[in-house]
Amino acid sequence: MSLTPQDIARIANLARLELQPDESERMLTQINGFFGIVEAMQAVDTTGIEPMAHPVAAIQDITLRLRPDVVSEPNQRDLNQRSAPAVERGLFLVPKVIE
Amino acid sequence: MTTSNLHDMTVAELAQALKSKQVSAVEVATRFLAQTGGNPHNAFLDIDSEVTLAQAQASDTRLAAGTGGLLEGVPVAHKDVFVTRDFVTTAGSKILTGYRSPFDATLVQKLGASEFGGAGMVTLGKLNCDEFAMGSANENSAFGKVTNPWDTARVPGGSSGGSAAAVAARLTPAATGTDTGGSIRQPASFCGITGIKPTYGRASRYGMIAYASSLDQGGPMARNAEDCALLLSAMCGPDLDRDSTSLDVPAEDFTASLNASIEGLRIGVPKEFFGEGLTADVRAAVDGALHEYEKLGAKLVPISLPRTELSIPVYYIIAPAEASSNLSRFDGVKFGHRAKDYVDLVDMYKKTRAEGFGSEVKRRIMTGAYVLSHGYYDAYYLQAQKIRRMIADDFQNAFKQCDVIAGPVAPSVAWKFGENANDPVADYLADIFTLPASLAGLPGMSLPAGFGAGNMPVGLQLIGNYFQEAKLLNAAHRLQQATDFHLRKPEGI
Repeated sequence: MSLTPQDIARIANLARLELQPDESERMLTQINGFFGIVEAMQAVDTTGIEPMAHPVAAIQDITLRLRPDVVSEPNQRDLNQRSAPAVERGLFLVPKVIE
Repeated sequence: MTTSNLHDMTVAELAQALKSKQVSAVEVATRFLAQTGGNPHNAFLDIDSEVTLAQAQASDTRLAAGTGGLLEGVPVAHKDVFVTRDFVTTAGSKILTGYRSPFDATLVQKLGASEFGGAGMVTLGKLNCDEFAMGSANENSAFGKVTNPWDTARVPGGSSGGSAAAVAARLTPAATGTDTGGSIRQPASFCGITGIKPTYGRASRYGMIAYASSLDQGGPMARNAEDCALLLSAMCGPDLDRDSTSLDVPAEDFTASLNASIEGLRIGVPKEFFGEGLTADVRAAVDGALHEYEKLGAKLVPISLPRTELSIPVYYIIAPAEASSNLSRFDGVKFGHRAKDYVDLVDMYKKTRAEGFGSEVKRRIMTGAYVLSHGYYDAYYLQAQKIRRMIADDFQNAFKQCDVIAGPVAPSVAWKFGENANDPVADYLADIFTLPASLAGLPGMSLPAGFGAGNMPVGLQLIGNYFQEAKLLNAAHRLQQATDFHLRKPEGI
């Protein structure tokens, strides 16, 4: 299978990446080159195999923990915002989203 | 004690000299800060001598009071994917330029100040790496390539290239690294040092900037197995409230069994690791190390890991899929870089990410977004996760016949800059021997096993079953007692 320039444009939009035309072209060639080695995966019979998310599940049952929904961190608003590109009165600023 | 050769001492030696007050933590830190002057090999991304010396002074106070931690006053440097309060953290990416974390990663804390329960190590700074740990040559850092101390025309390996180069060039006695598909083992091999990736879930991922969450695992890189054991003992242990994949497996003293006999140890040798892709010089060095093991009483057992080649597509589907999700947080709102000109919010996201990410990161985000998108998820991501289980099961079958598995870390020695630059798939293929253990979540390490083409170091890879780090370190230590490859150093150091 092979991706098209339209696929690249669609995925770039989903991934919120602006690509220059030459970048898109290079990306198309390189990603298609990569999918050449992915073909081998399609031929594998995986009937009845459970997908594995936590590798140690190969030897024991692993259930991801949920922690109680309680406050665990102190308020560090200033520290949390010190590396933000635009902050005002303790709020993160973004371009206007509601007219 | 003269301070002129402090930089050439191991972690164990430094810890001893500090404890017996032959040297002070400030003297040690000053010596290593001098080593990092001019930033040799572009290994460091942030150094702050004031912070380092303040930590060293605090260590000296504790050493004087006899309340120091296990590694009190010994310097360490952290790969830049570990967030740190007192140093800038960028993960090698322009999008995080100047980022200062409000907290320390768990592993930074566990190795750091003993008043907070740490081992007492003094932080020298942050180490260069491939952007978001994506790469095998450290050519993908936004802040310039790292050079290999053995030959500056060659790559140091990646993604923990700064860590490996810094240890090899004696800029730090030890460093942290992270390993998603081989990023501790391969640079350790390329730079002639020792590094270990523990079982997935044994070392906390809290504060480790996520690349592929189901694979990422931190570990130590140092000059020998004993030093790795010292650091790893401090790094492992449950972090149940902060890392949802952290396992409830207690910390362990990995130095306890370093000297145990390996008489009768069954070493599995997978035939798939010795195929035609392996260069003759690497093969010769690895064979030499295996022969050395036989002399030490170990038994070589031929085994098979039949899906070794499949690990390449499986890894390069799963890791980018997870990366595309993890890296969605870099949007120019809460931290780091934001584009200057944009028309609306979505445009700001797109331009910020276009400017902030390098080409390999964009490629992986695109691949990941594609395989997770509607209509392709089952064929790619789910299929890859199923084969991942088959690969893990292959290892369990192999471990019925052997105690550890040994083979090469990489098909060749460190290559020259630019050799693979226009062909990302060439880099992917070179990860073939490290990816299987990563996908299975098994502990793996690299230790110096000899020299190959261009007199470049060759590493031997040891892979253990889950939670068998002590056995790996024991086997590595015994080899290092019998060989001197780990004692050799690059010319001029």
